[in-house]
Formats: sequence, C-alpha cells, structure tokens
Amino acid sequence: MKNLNPQLLKNGEAVGLESVPILDFAEFSDCLLAEVRKQGRIAACFGVPAAEVGGDLEIFALVARDRNASVAVYRTSIGERFSSLTPNCPQMHLFEREIAEQYGVVPEGHPWLKPLRFHSSWRAGHDAWNRQTDQHPRIGEMEFYRVDGEGVHEVAVGPVHAGVIEPGHFRFQCYGEKVMHLEISLGYQHRDIERMLLGGPHPVTMAQMETIAGDTTIGHGLAHCQVLEALSGCEVPARAQAIRALALELERLANHVGDIGALAGDVGFLPTSAYCGRLRGDYLNLTAALCGSRFGRGMVRPGGVLFDLAPELAGEMLARLAAVEGNTLGALELFFDAPSVMGRFEGRGRLSRSVAEDLGLVGVAAKACAVPRDSRFFHPTGVYRQLFDDLITEETGDAMARARVRSREITVSIELLRRIMDNLPAGPVRAPTGPLKGNALAIGMVEGWRGEVVHVGLTDGDGRLRRYKIVDPSFHNWSGLAMAMRDEQISDFPLCNKSFNLSYCGFDL
Amino acid sequence: MLELFLHLLLLFGLSPLLSGVIGKTKALFAGRTGPPFLQSYYDIWKLFGKGLVISRTTTWVFRAGPVLALAVPVLASLLVPFGAIGAPLSFTGDLIFFVYLFGLSRFFTAAAALDTGSSFEGMGAAREVTFSCLAEPTVFFCFIVLARLSGSLVLSTMFGSVLNTAWQSAGPSLILVVACLFVVVLVENCRIPFDDPNTHLELTMIHEVMVLDHSGPDFGMILYGAAMKLFVLGALVVRLVFPGTTGDVLFDTLLFCGGMLLLAVVIGVVESTMARLRLLRVPQLLVGTMLLSFFSLILLLR
Repeated sequence: MKNLNPQLLKNGEAVGLESVPILDFAEFSDCLLAEVRKQGRIAACFGVPAAEVGGDLEIFALVARDRNASVAVYRTSIGERFSSLTPNCPQMHLFEREIAEQYGVVPEGHPWLKPLRFHSSWRAGHDAWNRQTDQHPRIGEMEFYRVDGEGVHEVAVGPVHAGVIEPGHFRFQCYGEKVMHLEISLGYQHRDIERMLLGGPHPVTMAQMETIAGDTTIGHGLAHCQVLEALSGCEVPARAQAIRALALELERLANHVGDIGALAGDVGFLPTSAYCGRLRGDYLNLTAALCGSRFGRGMVRPGGVLFDLAPELAGEMLARLAAVEGNTLGALELFFDAPSVMGRFEGRGRLSRSVAEDLGLVGVAAKACAVPRDSRFFHPTGVYRQLFDDLITEETGDAMARARVRSREITVSIELLRRIMDNLPAGPVRAPTGPLKGNALAIGMVEGWRGEVVHVGLTDGDGRLRRYKIVDPSFHNWSGLAMAMRDEQISDFPLCNKSFNLSYCGFDL
Repeated sequence: MLELFLHLLLLFGLSPLLSGVIGKTKALFAGRTGPPFLQSYYDIWKLFGKGLVISRTTTWVFRAGPVLALAVPVLASLLVPFGAIGAPLSFTGDLIFFVYLFGLSRFFTAAAALDTGSSFEGMGAAREVTFSCLAEPTVFFCFIVLARLSGSLVLSTMFGSVLNTAWQSAGPSLILVVACLFVVVLVENCRIPFDDPNTHLELTMIHEVMVLDHSGPDFGMILYGAAMKLFVLGALVVRLVFPGTTGDVLFDTLLFCGGMLLLAVVIGVVESTMARLRLLRVPQLLVGTMLLSFFSLILLLR
C-alpha cells in the first residue's frame, strides 16, 4: 500500500490545492479502503469539474481520522465511468449516487444506483441513467425494490404526511405487520444550494446557509463560517468562540428537549409530551434573548458573532436556565420512570454497532449504538478544546438508547452553558475577514444537535468558491433508519422515525 | 313512554359530553386549558353542515358503514338500563343480541374500510377485527357471571336491582367484572393504552385509520356513533358500580349522569398517565383480561 501519507488538515484549516496530489483511481480507491479499515470515516466525498472547460471530473474524498483529530484529503480524476467502492465500503453508497446524479458519471458495480434528489445533471449532455437531459426528472420516479409473494403487501407513505412535517416518501414491503424492507425516497425539497454558492460567497450566502436545515441554523452557519475563516486566514476572537458555543448548545437543548417531547407524544404519553413542548420554547427564547431570533438567525457571521453578551444579560440567562433546568429534568424523569414508556421504546428499531459503523452513521444515532462520534470531542474548535470532555454513548442501539443519548446530552449541555458563561473571555466579538485564498480547500466540521455537519469549500485562482460541499448528518443517517426498520412492526415506524428525527431538507439541499 | 323519551334524551344529549370531559381532564394534566366541554357537539354540528367527498372506487358498502355506526349504538342502548331508568326493550337472551349488534357495526365499518382499497385502511381493519374478537369472550364471561347472579338472561334484569344484594354475596367476582368491562370500554372505544384517538400517525392507528376516507355528514355519524358507543358501554360499568336506587327518578338520573362523568374523568386520568401499548402487546393484555373474567366466573361457581 503506497501513498498512505496524504495531505492532512485539521477542522477549520485550509490547504493549498497544489499540495494535494492527484492519485490514479486504483490508488485512490486502495487508499480509501485502507483508511476505512483503519477506522477512518468518509466525512465528505464529491466531484469537482476540472478548472478548464471539457476537462475530466475530479473526485475529492475527505476521510476523518477521529483518533488523531485530523482529516485526510484524497483526490483523483475520472472519466465517464469509475468502478464503485460501495461493495467494499457501504459508507460510499450515497456519496457515489450523489456524484452520479450531479455529474452524470456511472459508478460501475454500484449495487443500488438510483437518483437521490431527482434533479437534472449539472453537466449538460451527461446523465447516469440516460434520461432526457432537457427535462427536469419527476421526483420519486424510479424502480422501487419490491418483494412478491403471498401475504406480502406494499405500503406507501408520503410525500404528504398527516402531521406538519417535511415531505418524503417511504415505501414498505411488509409481510403482515412485519416490515421486510423500507426504501426512503427524498428530494422533494431540493433547492440546489451547493450551486448557489459558486462564484461566492455572495451577500445572500449566509442567510442561505442558515436555512439549509432550519432547525440546525447555528450548526450550518457555524460550519460555513469556519470554512470562510479558514480560507481567509481569519482568527476568531475568543469571546466570539464562546458565544458561538453558547448558541450551538442552546440549539441542541431546544431540539433534544423537543424530540423527547415528540417521542412521548408518539406513544401517547401526555405529561412529558406537554411539558417538553413548552420547555422547547423556553430554550428557543433563550436563543432569542441572545440574538433576537428564536432559531439563531443572524447570530453567527464570518469572523465572529453579531451579538455580544452583556454581563447583565448573562446573569439573567443563567437565572432563567436554572428554572428551566429543574422543569426539564422533571419532565425527563417522568418519561424514563414510566414502565409503559420503557416497554414501548426498549428493543425497538435496534441497530448493531457494526451496521452503524459500516453505514458511517454520525451523531445521536451513532452514539446510541456505542459508536463514539462527536466532533466537539474529536475535532474540537474554540472553547470546546478546553471545556468539553463528556462524550456520551449508549450500548443498546434501540429507540430507548437514542432517547437516553438525548437526555444525557441535555444535562451535559446545560452544564456546558454554565461553564461557558462563567468563563466568558473579554475582548471583541468579531474580527475582520480578508479575501479568500486562491486554489485552496478548507473544511468546517460542527457537531450540530443531530450530528456532524461538514462543509467543504474549494476556491479558484481568484479566491472565489469553485465548489462547495455540504454534508448534513441526515445524509448518513437516513440509511440507518431504513436498516433499523428491518423485521420491525410497521406500527412502530413512526416511533423509530422520531427517535432518529432526521432532516429532509438537510438531505435534499 | 316518558322513560323511553328520557332514555333517548340522555343518549343523544349527553353522549358527546363524555369526550369533552375526557379532553378537559387530559388538558388539566398537561397544564393546558383544553377545548371546551362542548367541543364534540360543535364538531358533529359542523360535520353535518359539510359536503361529502366519496372516492370513485367505493360502492354502497362504504356509505353503509357510517349509517350502521350510528344506528347500532342507538339500538343497543334500548337494551341497557341507564341507572334507574329501565331498559325500554328487553327479551330473553338479549345479551347475545347486544354483543352481536356491535359485531354487525364493526363488520360494516371494516368492510367500508376495505372498500376504499387503501393499504392503511386494510391494516386498520385487520387490527380492529383481531382485537375485538379477543375482547368478545371477556364480555361474555362477564355477562355469564351476571346472568348466574340474577338468574336471568335479560340485560335489564342482570343490571337491575339484583346488583344490590350481589355486591354483598359475590363482591370479589363483581370487582373483577367491573375491571374487565372497563378494559372492554377502553378497547372498544379505542382509548389509550390500546389505541390513541388523538394520533395523526396512520401507521399506528387502529380504529381511526379505518374512517380516514369518510367526510362530512358520514364522518359526523361516525363521531356521534362512537360517542354513543362509549355512553352505552360506559353505562354498564356505571350501573355495576352504582347499583343503588332511591326511587326518586330525578335524583337517580342525576346520580347516573354523575357516574358517567366520573367514568369519563377516570378514562382521562388513565390516558394522561399511561403510554400506549405496543401493538403486539394488545392481544396479550386482552387474553389476560379474558382470563380475569374467567376467574370471576370460577369465583362465583366455587
């Protein structure tokens, strides 16, 4: 195995493109497989059209090496077809489908080559499925996996759902009440965000980043800022780092508390469902106290944050937090102490550790399968370097474990908020950002409340964005949900789905 | 004649109030204000004023479901005494008629659900018939206990004045019967822990999913029928728990109404403090209840 000394970079760092060698494809695939065998994790993999018109497509793969806090960058160049890595490395499954859909190249030997988001190819005249390139493909139009036989039936749910949730289509193959297979088809909210950034960053870009997934405003905003700061060599003041962490943890708290309430609602457990719905609002209001927006819009900007935390406001927030904390712990206790709730969640939607690792799951779903994944811990930036040491995992991999991870993260986050506010550094909250470096690549990884949010930016010679890749945690984790439903009761699907609580628009981009 | 009038007045007038009381109780537990007590009346009134949307794939069976869902509880109520107000209609063996009247309405509700051809409704129908055939033996065991106690096969006698002495002679048996009938009330009226009447998740529904395609007046009939079904089955439990009569019709009627409202509060408390059972566990609990009702018979016969 040659060339296992790739270009390494840390979270929030940039490298010049000239220092990333272009491997030939066989070498590239050998390297990736070797990395994954050594517990590397594909954080992002994407195609980049060559700088000159009509050139070949380049593929970049960023492999997170969690144990030494670095990311290895591999780069290769392909023609119209390349041999698929998915059979040996299931983590690549969606990335390869994505590359095939975006650039119309064919990963040969891919076992499940179907469109992901149902948009037409980005390179005119190229289409991996030989569809008409002048028309927009119809969303959800593909061959679904089917099971035939006596007593086997198909249940189709969505894209329009009964609740106020995002659109997505779920196709179940059932034998009676038992689910044999679930296929998830998304793409209904595709907005083409990645291409909106080309030639940017534009004045509107930051607002777009904050709405990639509305519930992860801070997470995505922060990842984008880290990329721009890395590319422009900007040093973010310590006070801004601390306030960013505050906002990120508040976002985590609001969503985790809301999720546990929604889980309780799904099984008809009224007390926790009712309390958590209100408490989620309390956490959102804390974010609003910080920046005027309940979802943290306009909080994080390249170079720092737009809102400082005055000492009197910090005191008021601490007092409010203490009150909300008591209520939250009470609601959680009710939930985890009720035998009827335990009976409902234990053993449902179980995922084994090996499946979770093979699929490259991140965040809550991975932690519930005893897979340690947390970029705050493995790839820390800012105040997390000093203040965060509480990586949570659970053993059982079921819906209960996912609820417990959330519940334990809630207590950790509240503690973290206190520590951050007690050790708030003095100084400015924003530093100026210069122009972006040309021909460089930078990565920003943020542990959003669902899991690791990855943004990668590539600049051209003039320092404008030439390719921008966004990987929402849901991108990895939807496959986990499909696997968790195998041999489950179809009536338990809503509960399993809620225990993952993935983003549709974060996936659709 | 006056009794028949009072009987029907109670049934038609009071039955939607029960779900209002359940809703208020749940709201109290959740720290909310909740919908007004009369919300079900408004809902039913609103639905009767609406138009109908009927799928082209359906036949007359689809329209028959709601009609039977409303007619059956009215018919069944005639066999049941409401507190001191005796049953307007009774004949030997009417207990079997009573049970299978509900069987008839279930058959048509399930057939109407299958008629739509929706996979959701097919699943709901399958679940509903599975669970109700497990609940049926429980009802019969309970009725056999009461028939044995009263020496009669007429519902109005079984739930008549004989209960006063029965509580002294066969108290333990009757406690089990009350518990079992309460479970039957919860199952038959799709309450938590068996079904969640408030859920929006089709895949977990049992009864609600079968009526998804009904709209307007048809759906109004289903809601009204469901309220009456709760009232009729609840009346059996209330009668068992408060068998005493004073002879004053007005006072006894008020006592009965109070009992019904108390039952609604109890259901609300159960719904507020329990999570829903996993679907696979429902049959196990129903078989358990059936055994319990069987024990009550053994207790009586020993």
